[in-house]
Amino acid sequence: MPSPAPAVASERDLRLDLFRGVALWLIFLDHIPENVVNWFTIRNYGFSDATEIFIFISGYTAAFVYGRTMRDRGFLLASARILKRAWQIYVAHIFLFTIFMAEIAYVAATFDNPLYAEEMKILDFLKQPDVTIFQALLLKFKPVNMDVLPLYIVLLLLFPPTLLLLLRSPNFALAGSALLYALTWKFDFNLPAYPNGVWFFNPFAWQLLFVFGAWCALGGAHRLSGVLRSNIVLAVAVGYLLFAFAIALTWHFEPLQRFVPTWLSDWLFPIDKTNLDVLRFAHFLALAAVTVRFVPQDWPGLKSPILSPAIRCGQHSLEIFCLGVFLAFAGQFIITQFSGGPLLQTAISLLGILIMVATASLLSWYKGIEGRSPTARVKARDADLAGGEA
Amino acid sequence: MIRIVAMLATIMLGYAAAAAESVPSCDVPESLIPADYELTRVAAAIKDNRRLQITVVGSGSSALSGPDGARLAYPARVEEALRARLPGHEITVTTHIQPRETTAEMAAGLHKILADDKPALVIWQAGTVDALHGVEPEEFRASLDQGLEAIAAAGADAIMMNMQYSPRTESMLGVTAYADVMRWVAEQRTVLLFDRLAIMRYWNEEGIFDLYAATKDYAMARRVHECIGRALASQIINGAHLDAENMQTKR
Repeated sequence: MPSPAPAVASERDLRLDLFRGVALWLIFLDHIPENVVNWFTIRNYGFSDATEIFIFISGYTAAFVYGRTMRDRGFLLASARILKRAWQIYVAHIFLFTIFMAEIAYVAATFDNPLYAEEMKILDFLKQPDVTIFQALLLKFKPVNMDVLPLYIVLLLLFPPTLLLLLRSPNFALAGSALLYALTWKFDFNLPAYPNGVWFFNPFAWQLLFVFGAWCALGGAHRLSGVLRSNIVLAVAVGYLLFAFAIALTWHFEPLQRFVPTWLSDWLFPIDKTNLDVLRFAHFLALAAVTVRFVPQDWPGLKSPILSPAIRCGQHSLEIFCLGVFLAFAGQFIITQFSGGPLLQTAISLLGILIMVATASLLSWYKGIEGRSPTARVKARDADLAGGEA
Repeated sequence: MIRIVAMLATIMLGYAAAAAESVPSCDVPESLIPADYELTRVAAAIKDNRRLQITVVGSGSSALSGPDGARLAYPARVEEALRARLPGHEITVTTHIQPRETTAEMAAGLHKILADDKPALVIWQAGTVDALHGVEPEEFRASLDQGLEAIAAAGADAIMMNMQYSPRTESMLGVTAYADVMRWVAEQRTVLLFDRLAIMRYWNEEGIFDLYAATKDYAMARRVHECIGRALASQIINGAHLDAENMQTKR
């Protein structure tokens, strides 16, 4: 019987860790531009991609962990913990930026080709590190593929008051979030980026997914359980997923494009990732509805050793996310260095996931032996979750 | 595991080297230079006046530096290739290349260029500078629309050209979003796209060019431009239905 989390979720839902782990793998794969394995990631089969899963689950776990703290120990302590978490993510982001700078500096020092005189201007920012590094510290300068963590930081900074509202009046909070989303679309709110433009992931739009995740964790999922059990909802969700799949096929097989009427493509495109297009949000909802229906919380598969690598990665999401970004840099570097074909790309992809799993296992083991007696661990587990894994 | 990777890498390297030696031709499969939309103005100019005026508008990657750069860059090469394939016709290519110009700036300057040159065809190379500056894709799209509008109003055909495939800078310079916008605009406005990104990626994959190589030598850059010029000439000829048989019956 598919039963979504009860109003006050008492036990950590392993499905969250599983799907967050899988999302982290997919984000890693998608960040390697030249990669045949990319064909298996969900962005090729519909409108939304792993980012939606990651942000939704992050909102869910943040509310799950800090919601209880706020209820039991007050607004101040919960806010302090949330801000501490935001700070950790900030430090992780700057660490990744340093690695990125090292890669760029290396390329600038070793690569020269008159064919790419124009493209190499991307390295010009090395000439003024005073400005660039400062802008990076302000989260305005964000190299390619380093946009997710800054989004996460802003979402957490805004989270204490949001969570307070969610606990007092969840539906009102969700409505407020939807209103902000709508106003963002109407008035083009966004944060400025450096050297110009705006944030690739607009926090004012993407907050909807994060708050929706939090709302689900605080009893929303329970309230929706009736809706989720309905066969009509299932049919609509499956229908929409099939529709998105059909449209996605036309991106890959151009001859199919003639079957998409002009009015439809005019209406559909462009599908805006920056502002979390409604089509993407709906696609995520449909995916979630179908998933919840067929993978109940007490599904025995969640305990099987086959899925434990993904679950473990999902339980250390910040570390594994950062590692994934780094591995994608490194993997891309190796693939281009050796002009690698599909074979090397597949090997790099598998190796990368293997390293992610090994690291996650190491982190779990590390946590396990940190000198806690078994009784102390049970007690400390919530604090662990609060401090490290939201 | 490192040994396996190293072994794989050696195999790939060997393969790439062998391919580079045995495949000197840079011919591009037809599917990469589609001619779905007809270049009616080009066809008319050739048929009625036996002359063709082409204007190239672009940024730094439409030019080559160094001695003879202008003669060896793709705009001059496409002129040469068209003259060879359309003998007896007067083919002129003029260039308006500003190394750091964004698409918005190019679009704003198009009116004057169109009035001065009165071309039958504008080849508009765009996107790289926008990616460098992080211009908003939506703004980029609006600029393309505005420019293509001006070109159409001036009675000329257009071919858009997207970015170069540049594997070394790929993880730093995100061009995909801009390439997607160009593909989409091309489809919306039924304008031909010269997909330089896909073509150069094809050359790299086939081992025709090793675009990852670090070199100070201009030889490869020149050959790439020569090949772009030829492929572009093919797209123009196919797009305007100027194949040899056609030309013979008209003569």
